[in-house]
Amino acid sequence: MNNQPILQMRGVTKTFGGIFALNEVSFDLFESDILGIIGPNGSGKTTLVNCITGFIKMTYGEVLFRGKNISRRPAYKIADMGIARTFQIMRPYFSLPAYKNLVIPLFSPRAKRTGGWRGGGKLGDRNAVSIDILEEMGFERESYVPYKMASNLPTGYLKRLELARCLALKPEIILCDEVFSGLSMSEIASMVPLIERLQIEGITLIMIEHRLRELFQVANRVLVLNFGEKLIEGTPGEVMADKKVKEAYFGSEKVEEVETYA
Amino acid sequence: MEIGHRRKERLDRGVKVRTEGLYALMSWRELGYLTMPRLVLIIGMLILPLVMPSMYWQRVISIVCIYALLSLSFDFLAHFVGLVSLGGAFFIGSGGYIAAILNTILGLPPMVSIPISTLLGAVICTLFLFPCLPLRGVYFAIITLMFPLLLGRVIEALDILGGTDGILGVGSFTNSWVEQYFIILMVLFYLFGMRRLVNLDIGLVFRAVMDNDQAVRASGINLTYYKTVAVFIASSMGCLAGGYLAHIYMWAGLSMFALDFSILPIAATVIGGSGTLVGPVLGAFILVPISELLRAFGTLRIVFYALILLAFIVFRSEGIMVYGQRKYQQFEKWVKV
Repeated sequence: MNNQPILQMRGVTKTFGGIFALNEVSFDLFESDILGIIGPNGSGKTTLVNCITGFIKMTYGEVLFRGKNISRRPAYKIADMGIARTFQIMRPYFSLPAYKNLVIPLFSPRAKRTGGWRGGGKLGDRNAVSIDILEEMGFERESYVPYKMASNLPTGYLKRLELARCLALKPEIILCDEVFSGLSMSEIASMVPLIERLQIEGITLIMIEHRLRELFQVANRVLVLNFGEKLIEGTPGEVMADKKVKEAYFGSEKVEEVETYA
Repeated sequence: MEIGHRRKERLDRGVKVRTEGLYALMSWRELGYLTMPRLVLIIGMLILPLVMPSMYWQRVISIVCIYALLSLSFDFLAHFVGLVSLGGAFFIGSGGYIAAILNTILGLPPMVSIPISTLLGAVICTLFLFPCLPLRGVYFAIITLMFPLLLGRVIEALDILGGTDGILGVGSFTNSWVEQYFIILMVLFYLFGMRRLVNLDIGLVFRAVMDNDQAVRASGINLTYYKTVAVFIASSMGCLAGGYLAHIYMWAGLSMFALDFSILPIAATVIGGSGTLVGPVLGAFILVPISELLRAFGTLRIVFYALILLAFIVFRSEGIMVYGQRKYQQFEKWVKV
């Protein structure tokens, strides 16, 4: 791990009309980190992801990826550089079977270029590669699940499919927008090892979560947003102990047992 | 068994043409099962000019093929790329005028001017539609409906390209067999070509653009590029039909921008079955001859036409092809619940 941050946010600001969805948010992300972003509803978490990935244009501020300013590039070019994202509302390609869903990212210029997938790349069989990726993400190869239409898959598999879609790009950073939400406890328990494995493989992760207990299991740094402003950044322990965070989440009354609410 | 205590159970026959590059054909029976529908369609279209009784009906075949190409283009754009295009008249007009100009001014024969008008017309149509590509659904439809009206008015107002008279004296095909087989082969070529295309990886990207364009962007794919390619392919079909129309009518004029060319393909797609590609072609082969047969009713023609359309939509809203595919590919039986 070197000391150069892989992603730097410098005073990122986004206004919708007169409202500051993000107000001067700055932070550094280091390689192989898992950064959790938490905050109450409407605090600008998803807007932050949209700004980084170019889905909306920030009003001012800049995002540096390996020292290069990417804040004015179109979304597909940012994805092409290796910053993948999942969506909070999963919308796979419903009219395609699950494994064909991955053919699309595998068809992208980045996947053709990096092509490190076994048999992937320009001439590889994308169907075989996508089954491989799905298996890594917990789709049973021998079952019929990878061949099911995406519209028939249950939520847990759709979340995995979202992650698989990112993985097919061989990304350097994945921004996960609430991958745990809407899942049962056992489904989350089976997702956590997948996330940890991504980190071991050297992928840097930004995770937006409301499930704090599971997030603090995997994240090594946490950033708290409130009304578009950065409240605090630190290790999970530091963040939980902070008074401002408790106020943002639970109001200004004193709260003893935070864990029970998480 | 009473109604309500039983339901229809459907089982796939399970014969697939391609499974992982291996031809899964076990017997002549299966081979026949798979090739029969295709052979019936191809042979049926090829013998059509031979069995038609008169010059009039042979001309109807040509018109049917023109509408078949337009319907195919509509179905491809609407159900595989997600761009509902009412630009049929725009494509026909562009292709038609270009072919007419090439033929009358440069003296190019139909077999040269039609391919050129196909490509050049597709380029022009794509350039016009390019700024509208970020639009989706009904908004794209409104814009594409506007273009033929716009071009027609420009030609009328500025009195260019023959003005309201149109371009007269366009050369015709030398041989009526060439004339008919050319367009029939083109329909077959585009039909099977498009069916192949939508199942290739690039075709999957088109379908993904329809399903969820945000995820396509997030996959590092340039959305605008693939939409442009799709519009180019679709408009090339329409421009080919337009160039051909100019040569069989020996004239290119303002009626090439008529709304018929935009609207009838939609009706054909609804009747034939949307998203099947074959369906819209069949739809055109049903609708256009019906419209000709109904000429006997004089002014009541449009009433009967509307009734037939209505009947299709009420009783077979899924479309002939979807219904047919289901009956052909699945066993059905009633089971007790």
